[in-house]
Amino acid sequence: MSAGDDARAARLELLRRLNRGFAEMVPHNRALGMELVSLDDADAVMRLPYAPHLVGNPDTGVLHGGAVSSLMDACCGAAVFMALAEPVPIATLDLRIDYLKPAAPGQDVIAHACCYKVTRNVAFVRSVAFHDSEADPIASAVGAFMLATRLGHWQRGAGT
Amino acid sequence: MNVAERIAEARRTRDLAALTDAVPYAAFLGFSLTLLDGELVGKMRYADHLIGNPALPALHGGAIGALLESTAIFQILWDAETIVLPKTVNITVDYLRSGRPLDTFARGIITKHGRRVVNVRVEAWQEDRTRPIALANGHFLILPGDG
Repeated sequence: MSAGDDARAARLELLRRLNRGFAEMVPHNRALGMELVSLDDADAVMRLPYAPHLVGNPDTGVLHGGAVSSLMDACCGAAVFMALAEPVPIATLDLRIDYLKPAAPGQDVIAHACCYKVTRNVAFVRSVAFHDSEADPIASAVGAFMLATRLGHWQRGAGT
Repeated sequence: MNVAERIAEARRTRDLAALTDAVPYAAFLGFSLTLLDGELVGKMRYADHLIGNPALPALHGGAIGALLESTAIFQILWDAETIVLPKTVNITVDYLRSGRPLDTFARGIITKHGRRVVNVRVEAWQEDRTRPIALANGHFLILPGDG
């Protein structure tokens, strides 16, 4: 096996471990069937496999907008984590989603999010959702996330 | 019955369960509609699979967003004179407080009803309606012949 193969195998193993943790840690992501596809600096790609229980319009079989917004929210959050020097709890401040065209029935939805700016308190993210190509998007989103100033900030109820 | 026929039937009989029962994602979310003092209110029944942050624990932002968007769409359907399935153009959700592991409610107000587009504001709360956990503002297309 070449060094390139080793690196690739290590990345895949890391992704598998992250996926397990991600699903175990976030019940709603697990219930939706979301999975991480890839992670990079300030960047995340996630997949929402098509599933009958996520359908919003039973006549057409098109996914509910809420399932797409959950995917984009989760993917944006993952991109924020990938932009932080050290992990701190984050909370969505706001998220705007534009629905550009209906998702096609039976097809998985992919979301790609990029955290393009991190300040002391707030991280800024944009994301696009698509089936096959980012050039043919289903939805686009832009959002801001609050960063905890120290570990445990929200655990003590300060954010509520 | 297709969706449009079910909406017509539910409006006639005032049977709100008939509106949401046919939507698979509504069942997944535990979403139902109730009338509170004559107002249409969306309810998301608490379930463990709605949790996004188990450390707090807190509801997933996406689940709260779905509650707000669904409530807005049903408010348009409830108020409309003709039956057209609203299509979400965009929605902005402001998260004000973390959603605790409790039932969550939402109420939509139609701020502007145009010929092609409706602007709706929605507020979500849990135990105390004066302390909203999230606000949304959305635009929905209502074009006859769509959907």
